[in-house]
This record gives sequence, C-alpha cells and structure tokens, in this order.
Amino acid sequence: MDILKLANVSKIYGSVKALYEATMSVAEGEWLAIMGPSGSGKTTMMNIIGCMDRPTSGNVLLDGMDISNLSASELTHIRRDKIGLIFQQFHLISYLTALENVMVAQYYHSMTDEHEAMQALARVGLEDRAKHLPRQLSGGEQQRVCIARALINYPKLILADEPTGNLDEANEGIVIDVFKRLHGEGSSIIVVTHDPEVAEVADRTIFLEHGRISKIVLNR
Amino acid sequence: MTNRRMYFKMIASSILRRKSRMTVALLAVAIGATVLLGLSAISYDIPRQMGREFRNYGANMIFVPADDNAKLEILAAKRAAEAIPADSLIGMTPYRYETARINMRGYDIVGVDFGQARKTSPFWRIEGKYPEAENEVLLGADIADFTQLAPGAEVNMTGLAADGSRYRSDMKISGIVRTGGVEDGFIFLRLDDLERLAGNPGTADIVELSAAAGADQLNALVSRIAGDVQGITPKLVRRVTHSETTALSKLRALILLVSAVVLALTMICVATTMMTVVMERRREIGLKKALGADNGGIAMEFIGEGILLGAGGGALGSVLGYFMSEAVSVNVFGRSVTMPWYFPVLAILASVAVTAIACLPPVRRATQVEPALVLRGE
Repeated sequence: MDILKLANVSKIYGSVKALYEATMSVAEGEWLAIMGPSGSGKTTMMNIIGCMDRPTSGNVLLDGMDISNLSASELTHIRRDKIGLIFQQFHLISYLTALENVMVAQYYHSMTDEHEAMQALARVGLEDRAKHLPRQLSGGEQQRVCIARALINYPKLILADEPTGNLDEANEGIVIDVFKRLHGEGSSIIVVTHDPEVAEVADRTIFLEHGRISKIVLNR
Repeated sequence: MTNRRMYFKMIASSILRRKSRMTVALLAVAIGATVLLGLSAISYDIPRQMGREFRNYGANMIFVPADDNAKLEILAAKRAAEAIPADSLIGMTPYRYETARINMRGYDIVGVDFGQARKTSPFWRIEGKYPEAENEVLLGADIADFTQLAPGAEVNMTGLAADGSRYRSDMKISGIVRTGGVEDGFIFLRLDDLERLAGNPGTADIVELSAAAGADQLNALVSRIAGDVQGITPKLVRRVTHSETTALSKLRALILLVSAVVLALTMICVATTMMTVVMERRREIGLKKALGADNGGIAMEFIGEGILLGAGGGALGSVLGYFMSEAVSVNVFGRSVTMPWYFPVLAILASVAVTAIACLPPVRRATQVEPALVLRGE
C-alpha cells in the first residue's frame, strides 16, 4: 500500500513553475531519497508533502486521504498526526532541554508523556543527555534529538530535509545508522539530500530538475 | 510534566530569555499601572480632600424659616443638622438680623456665634480681632470707611427689643470685617449679646451650614431634612455646590485624560516590544507550527506572555501607585490618601487587559508566520 501518492502535482507562482506535473508514490515502509540542484523544486515538493503548502493543481494522497485542497487548519492537523519532520538546522528550542524539546511535539499533538519522550531519546542513544540544553549538545546529538522529536507521535511518514547537511562525517554516519534502524523497523522515510552517499542508502532516489521529476533510480 | 506545566515553562522561559527587552515592557506596564492607580485613588479621594478645601469658600447649605414662620428655632436647627454625619459637618452658624442706631444712624446688625462663623466663613478677613468679650462689635468695612471708625473706638448703640422696650449699650469696636460681599455693610456682634439686649433668645433668621459632602449627598440631605423637620426649610447654596461640582468634574476629566494617554502609551510600548519579540522568534514560531501548533496555540502562548507581563507590571505599579497617590495627597492636601482595597486588584486586572489587547497585533503577526520557513533554512 502507498503511504504517499502524487498525481500530476504542480505548484506555479505566476509564470514560474516551481513544481510541474510531478507524479510519484511512496510505499509504506519505503525509504525514498529526493535529489536535485538548488531551485529544482525539492523544497516545494517537501512543503506539499509535509502539509505546509497546497499544490496549484494535481492530487496528493497521504495515507489514503486527499490533502490537495484542505485548509491551512486542516493541514496543520494532518501534519501533526501523520508527519515527522527532521531539519537540516535541527531547529531545537534553545531554552528547553533535549527531553523537553521532544515533549514539545507531544504537547502540540496531544499530551506530554515524559516516560515516552525518554524512550524516544533512548532509541537515538541520548537518554543520558536528556537534561542538556541544545547548546550543550554536539551537532550530531542535536540532530538525533530532532529525530526523536519527529518519532515521538508515531508518524506515518518521516520527512527529512538535508538531515546530514550540517554534520561532520562521523555524525553523518551516526544519523544514517539511525535512519537505517528506523527503516528496518518499518518506518516510511523521505529524505531530501544533496549528498549521493545519503541517497544511496535509500530504496529509491528521485531526481528533480527545473521542477520536474527527471529520473528515478532504484538503489536496491 | 503536564501540558499545563509545559505551557508555563515555555512562556516563562521565553520571558526570562529576553530579560532586557521584557524589563522595558514590564516597566512600561508598571508606569501605566502606577499612574492609573495613583490617579484613580486621587480621583476617588478628591471629593473628600477637595471638599474640605472647598469649605474655605463658605457655607454650602442654609436653613431658613418655613414660609409661615418669621424666625427659626436654633434648637430645631441643631436637631435638623443631626442628619448630617458628624465627621462631615464642619460648622453651623445661626445669624439673627436686627436693626439698630449707632451714633444716631440706622444700621443692620447681626448676632453671630463667631466660633462657628470662623468655620463656615473662613474667608472673612479681619482687621483687629473677632469680638470675644461682652459688648464688642465687628464693623463691616463699608461702614468703617463711611464712619471713619477704627478698632478700639467706642460707639453708642440703641435699638428696639422684642418686648417693645428700647435698649441702649456702649459697644467697643474689636475689628473690621472685609469680605467684598454683603458682610461689609453689616455690624456683627455676639449672638448672646444681641439676645441679652433685644430679647427673644434661641431664635435666628438663617442658619448657615458647611458640610464636607458632594452635591448628590447634599441634595439627599436637603430632601431628608425637609421631610423630617418641621419649621425649617433647608436649601443648597447652589453657587458653591455648582462651583464644587464643576471643578471636581473638570479635575476628574483631566485625570481620566491623563490616564487614557498613559495607558495608550503603555499599549504602544508593549505592542512594539511584543512585535519585536515575534519578529525575533519567527523561526521558533514556524517550528512550532511545523510540529503541529495551530494558530490558537501560538496566540495563547503570546497572550500568556502578555498576561504574565501585565500581572507583573500591574503588581509593581500598584505598589508604586499607592506611594504616588500618598505622596501627592500628603503634599497637596496635607492628608493621607484613602482607597478601597480592590483598587490595586483593579489596577492589576486593567494592566493585564491592556497588555493582552496590546499583544493582539503581534499575535496576529505571529499566526501569519508560515511553518514552511523552517524547511528553507531561514
């Protein structure tokens, strides 16, 4: 079963076709990488898949629901329930501890649960750093907190925007290992990346150019 | 940690992280609350404070005989005056008017209780001194000018007593009274002297009263006395009460205007600070929205910060406002200020309301932040 399906999805700003007639699908449990140069439409596609924008035309089905024409408020609810977001710049709240940063996602989803948040940190190997503030963590550790936050509400789809873009090689390896483990546990993952080594570990890679899907490569 | 604790942790941490900026906003709210509470307390207390000051301008109520009575009984007037609270009644002066000849010329003479007259007519300017001993008189300034009599001079006074006999007495001029009013054309003597000479004791033509009360209270007293006491018609001295009411209304309007201006400035300061905070926190707001916060949740966080700011500033302002009103009251009126216990509570609530309202434009701006900006690496 497909967790995500895009059918002829376009996003047009005036005369600029940021994304044009994109058609693709992601199966449940699949790991998909999206690659492309700057301005190729990666961010536009991420915004649409992540329920942060609506397409100008075409249909987007997330977990069987057509989200193409939902209101901003409805998209917020879908995003909260079904999407786990991981960012290049981590975007942790500086005045909250690692544990509280994970709990923020619970807070906006439903109810905070400290025990469950601690378990999420344990999944990414950070249970002993739970009480540390972001500035007391390394880049790799911050990204792992970001991953724990993305996982805490059991999302249907994990959406990662350049998750290793700000990391050194050692931390990049650690983060990729976390993704591999999540994939092994059956999580559906979409990773936008510039890094071919990160893309290679995904099941499939989609290449975008000038707003169009130019190539799809099966990695295994 | 519960959701509620998480909420308070987020808003408190957010305020503490921006100490200098929030201190400015807090001081703005505190100044607003100081002025609001201070001026409200003064405004509330002004009728009491100014009422005493206004009493320097003379009596504000008079008792006159009922239509069919030529004279009124002083004892009846005293009973009627009991309707006025003792702490509000500043003075009550009976006046008895007669005619007499002094040095062979006819004048209006007035029997007065000078002890009370000093309270009800403190504006009298006396050259010499008030009559204290028997057979002393106070000459009106016009009469003194006309007759060229000065304090210390002696005059011969003759008149007709109530029983029809004539009386004659040598009187000493103790002083000259100058008011610029009708008093300048009268000769005043002690009421008991007049009663001794002319008879018919315990009566007066008019009784002047000075009460520290507002126009509404005085009107209520007049109605009550008119209904309860026979033989006396109470009246307001409208020239005085109207002047008081007008002056108080203008003063209160001025206080209201100043308060409104200060509150508006407070709102502008808070709104500007919060707008800056929103702009600084765009990325954080975008992140929270990306994590699933809806506009209501974001609005509640900023309004929560505003309410904390308002409550803190309001509490600080209430303390400062009390000292401000006390300082103004002591320095201007020479008396301590009194205010109801709930005034500081209202000042805090008003500060919270003002701050919450001031937060609305920044909150609107915050809800317009797009969650997508966190994906663009901004």
